[in-house]
Order: sequence, then structure tokens, then C-alpha cells
Amino acid sequence: MHPEAMTHMPATQSSSEIAYNGPMKILVIEDDREAADYLQKAFTEAGHTAHVAGDGETGFALADSGDYDVMVVDRMLPRRDGLSVIAGLRSRGNTTPVLILSALGEVDDRVTGLRAGGDDYLTKPYAFSELLARVEVLNRRASAREAETVYRVGDLELDRLSHSVRRAAREITLQPREFRLLEYLMRHAGQVVTRTMLLENVWDYHFDPQTNVIDVHVSRLRGKIEKGFDKPILHTVRGAGYMLKSG
Amino acid sequence: MAFSMPAIMKTTAARLSALYFLLFAICAVLLVFYMTSLSARMLTGQTQETINDEVLGLARAYQRGGLPLLVRVVEQRSRQPGANLYLIADTNGQILTGNVQSLEPGVLEAEGWTTEPFSYRRFGEGELERQRNPIADPNEPGQSEVQVEGEKGHNAIALVLRLPNQMIMLVGRDLGEPERFRAVIRRALMLALGMMALGGLLIWFFVGRAALKRIDSVSEASRRIMGGDLSGRLPVTGAGDEFDRLSENLNSMLARIATLNEGLKQVSDNIAHDLKTPLTRLRNRAEATLSGKHNSADYRQALEATIAESDQLIKTFNAILMISRLEAGYSSESTSRVDLAASVRDVVELYEPVAEEAGVTLETSVQDAFAVEGNRELIGQALSNIVDNAIKYSTDSTAKPTVRVALDRLGGEIRLSVTDNGQGIPDDADRARATERFVRLEKSRSQPGSGLGLSLAKAIMTFHNGRLDLLPGNPGLSVVMSFPEREDR
Repeated sequence: MHPEAMTHMPATQSSSEIAYNGPMKILVIEDDREAADYLQKAFTEAGHTAHVAGDGETGFALADSGDYDVMVVDRMLPRRDGLSVIAGLRSRGNTTPVLILSALGEVDDRVTGLRAGGDDYLTKPYAFSELLARVEVLNRRASAREAETVYRVGDLELDRLSHSVRRAAREITLQPREFRLLEYLMRHAGQVVTRTMLLENVWDYHFDPQTNVIDVHVSRLRGKIEKGFDKPILHTVRGAGYMLKSG
Repeated sequence: MAFSMPAIMKTTAARLSALYFLLFAICAVLLVFYMTSLSARMLTGQTQETINDEVLGLARAYQRGGLPLLVRVVEQRSRQPGANLYLIADTNGQILTGNVQSLEPGVLEAEGWTTEPFSYRRFGEGELERQRNPIADPNEPGQSEVQVEGEKGHNAIALVLRLPNQMIMLVGRDLGEPERFRAVIRRALMLALGMMALGGLLIWFFVGRAALKRIDSVSEASRRIMGGDLSGRLPVTGAGDEFDRLSENLNSMLARIATLNEGLKQVSDNIAHDLKTPLTRLRNRAEATLSGKHNSADYRQALEATIAESDQLIKTFNAILMISRLEAGYSSESTSRVDLAASVRDVVELYEPVAEEAGVTLETSVQDAFAVEGNRELIGQALSNIVDNAIKYSTDSTAKPTVRVALDRLGGEIRLSVTDNGQGIPDDADRARATERFVRLEKSRSQPGSGLGLSLAKAIMTFHNGRLDLLPGNPGLSVVMSFPEREDR
């Protein structure tokens, strides 16, 4: 987690520059009342609707009947364990994206969590900005852009088949990793993408680099796709991460 | 021995000796009883057969010459040495002829085999006894039947028949022989039991007490260790026996405990030292913000700094936890084949822009596509910590700062080395200390970081059954991750 990540709160001035993909209906299954209330309030302030379930059984019943865009599930819950709730929902054909929250953060724990049917895994303590960014990306995944072969953001165009990138009809040459970085940013255009999300999805590493290596990669990429063009397209969201957005 | 009985019985050796003695004794007694009853039955059967033959012969004599011939034959046979018992009596039980002088009363009343052995007295025995008993010659034990039963006479079994003229005939055989046999076996049994008891005692004394002494010395040593002397070790005699092996294993367990204990102590010391400082800073800042007059921008700034500081603290805690978990033997579930060349590529590629920005040249030299059994995430994390350090510390180089990441094989090990050309750590002791937790050598105090990067890398290498070595790089420092090479590569 980036040290400044917590400074990004949805109600502050930074929220105005974030284009959300419409309000979401979120189910939070978390037994710690204080944490659940905080999440509900923060999600509401970010423009979403959040319901809270205090234990595994209630959460399962709500998730099974309600039509949620995303679920945030704590791993250790009274009455029914979080992983069992997820596995139960998956076996009933429920494909709602799930983000697992856990105090356990080792490699094995994450692997078990994702194997049980979770879509993302976040270790406590987390920054809300990180959680929000991940939840929004998960929701977007439900209406996936994965199938598209060409991503377009403003005058920037990325062809996933021919591995070519152009901006305003001008060819831009990228290193393979830069291409994957831009691909990920464009797939989630208009959404905040955090540094850890980039490290996870572009480099497939889940640890904290001591130096902020990601920032340097992003600024390099920015140099290539912005230099010589008048409009910025890769924005830094202060304290949270990055967002690719035209205009 | 000044042991009280219960104290003796508390030792395994004595209990085992007693148990074995009891088991063998029971077996021996059962065996003896089985054998005597079997042989007694056989002897009785033989006796009865002999008597039957006699009777058959006598019956033939009676058929041929009637009572007179029978009496003659009986008298003739009675006089032979070691003869069977013969008796012919009239209907009143008055003895007419034979070699029996007197009988237990009632023997002649029931026809057929006598059910119980009975006592009798032969003719002429009274005088013989009177001659022999006062002498009581011990040199001839059991030589003659005469001597066996004294006053009561001898025991015998017999067949009682009624002759056609209502007279009674008895043919019997003395039981002296089977009884002597039984007495011999009884003596043998007593002797065997005595020897077994003696053997048990000897085994307990020599084997048991030797083992007991060894165990006592082991428990004495372990009491000392439990008393707080963790450096103490169990005695090893060098005999290479079970006790030595046990002691050796316990000793290596103690060594491991001592290491863990040492690590724990060090961590708690370091936590106290290194985490108290940021916590104090955190608290002071909050206090200062509360006490002064500030506008909302000031509050905002203070809160942001507080969050940044807490995040750093959380990072440090996570690193400590991870090191502890790795050192305590992390679950090996998440290992697989890891392509080290790909790890080098990934990490170098990840750090290349940072290095370039710092003016450091990042070189790689990969000899071959080595693979090890391990965890890709952990290896990547260790390598990136080391590369991160190398980039930071190569900037004070007198030449052009360069960090070189090399992957090669040397002496059965796969070596992944990161070498910088900075000032390095010239002092050997400092270099050895650099991987300890929270150790930040003097000059690195100015650099950001928790002081856990190399410790974590070391713990990760330990988890992979490998080593992390810090070698002088001439100039600079060479950090080497050595993985054991697997046969099936």
C-alpha cells in the first residue's frame, strides 16, 4: 500500500475528478460493526449503495436473494466462514464478483481465497481508496472489456492483436511491459488504478516494493504517450493511483 | 542398595524384570503341569495294560487247572523280584494267598479298577522296615520300594475280580515309579523358578541399572536446562547407542529452540527500540496538532502525515511477521518450479527505470535458465529487496555506479548474485551483522527503509534451504543467494 493512499477520501475534492461507472449495489459481509459502518458510510459517500450483513449466514441469504454488483466479504465470520459463503454462492451459480478482506496476508492465504471463488484479495489494514478502486474495477469486470480487441480512450488507440499503439494516428513504440501497463490502464479507463493493482496485474507480484518503482514506470509511459501531444491523458490521482481518461 | 521397594518398582528396568520373571514363571509352571499330567496318564495306561496282560494269563491258568493252578501260579509270580501285587481272598475278604499282607479297607469290595490309588503292605515288609529304617541309609534313595512310604505302606492301583467260585482276586501294580517321576519334575520346577528369579535380578542389576543411570543423567541434564540454562546439553557418551542418538536429537532440538529463543529476544528488543520511535513521533504529532491553533489545512497535513507514518509501521510489522513465519517453517504448500532467469528478468525490468533515474547502470548476466523448487513471489521479493539496496548504495561509487545481477552455478549450488560497485561494507563483522533484523549500519541510517529488507531476504533463503551471503565486491558489496541444486533439474 502506498503510504499516502489513505489521504484519498471519496468525499474530498479528488472525488470530482473521478468518473465513476455509475452507482453500484454493494454487499458488505463483515462482523466488525465499526468497520462495516465505516465501509457503508464511505461507499455511500462515493455514490454507491451498500448493505451490511454481520455474519456468514445472513450474508449468504442476502447475497443469494439480492442482486448485487459487487460483494466485499470478510474471511473470518461468525456462523459461517467467509470462504464457505463464497464457495456456496458459486456452487449455486452466483457469479457476483467478490473481494475478500482478510487479516491473513501470506501468499498461501491469498491463493486459498482466490481458489474458493474470490476475485480479489485485500489484506487488513487496507486503505479505503485501495478498496474502492478494486471494488470499482471488479464491478466493471462484470461487463467485461476483456473481449474487445481494440481499446480506445480519446485519441489513444491500442490494438491488442497487432500489439500497436497510436495516438492521433501517430504510431507510438512501447516496450512489452509498457504495452501491458497501458493495456491494463486502458481496460480500466475512467477508473482509479492503484500502484499495487498495477504491480499485481502487470508484473504478477504481490509484495510491497521498497522504492516506488511503479511511479517511475508510469512516468516513463506517460512520457511516451503524452510528449508531443497537447492534452494529458494519464492522470495521477493524488494519494490513490492513476487514471487514464480523455479530457 | 538403599532403595525402598516402591522406589525400585518405579524404575522401568525393575518393572520389566519383574514382568518377565512372572511371565516365564507362569509359562514354566503351566508346562510342567502339562507334562506331568500327560506322562502320568501315559504311565497309568501302561500300568493298566500290564495288569490286563497278567489277568489274561491268570485267567488262562484258571481255565486250564482251576483254582489250584491259579493259586500256584500266583504264589510263583509273587515271589519274583519286583513282582506285581497278587492277592486271592475268600468271600469274607480273608486273604488266602498272594504277596499282599494288608490293604486299605474297602478296596476288595468294589469289582473292577480301583478308582483311587490305595495303600497296602507286602508280606515280609514289616521286618525289612525294622531293619532298614534305623539305619536310614541316605546313599540309596528310592532304591527299594520298601523304603518309600513307611508306616502307611505303598500306593498302588489294581484290578479287582470275582472268580466264578465267588472268591476275590486282585492284581495290582505299585505306583512308586510315577510318583518318583513326579517328584523329580517338581524339584526341576523349583530349581527353574529359582534360577529365573536369580536371572531376573541379575538382568535388573546389570542391564537395568546401567540404563537407569543413563536416563537419570539425561533427566538431570534436562532439569538443569529447564531451570533456565538453555546452553546446557545432554550427555553423549560416544557409544552410538539408542541413548546417544536420543541425546543427540534432543540436543539439536535444544539448539533450534535456543536459536528461536534468541531470535525472539532480539526481535522484542528491536521492536521495543525501532517501533517505539515512530510511535512516539506519531503521538507527539497528534498532541502538538491538538494543542495549537490550526486551520483545517494544518489538520489535514497532520492527519496525512499520521497516516503515512502508520502505513510505514504496518509495513514494518508485516515484514516482522513474515520473517517470523518464514523462520518458523512456513507452509510449503505454495512452492513450485521457479524459473530463476525469469525472476531476474522480471525484477531487473521492474527496477531498470529507477536505476536509470538514479544514474545507475543495471547489468544482467544469466548463464543458463536455472530453475529451483520454491515460491516465485518470495524469490522475487528477496531479489527486489537486494536490488533495491544495491541501487541505493552504489550511488556513492567513485566510478560509474553499476549493479550487476548474475545467475550462475558454482559447486552444486545455483547462485543468484547482486553486486554493486559502491563503498560496500568493508568491515567483516558489519557485513555479518547486516542481515540481522533491524540492523542498519551507520551510514545507512540516513537512507529510508525499515532495516528489514536483507533480514527478510535471508529468511526467504532459509525457507528455500539456501543461504544468503554478503561478500566483499572489490569494490562494493556482493549479495549472493545460493540455492541447492536439485538432481532432477
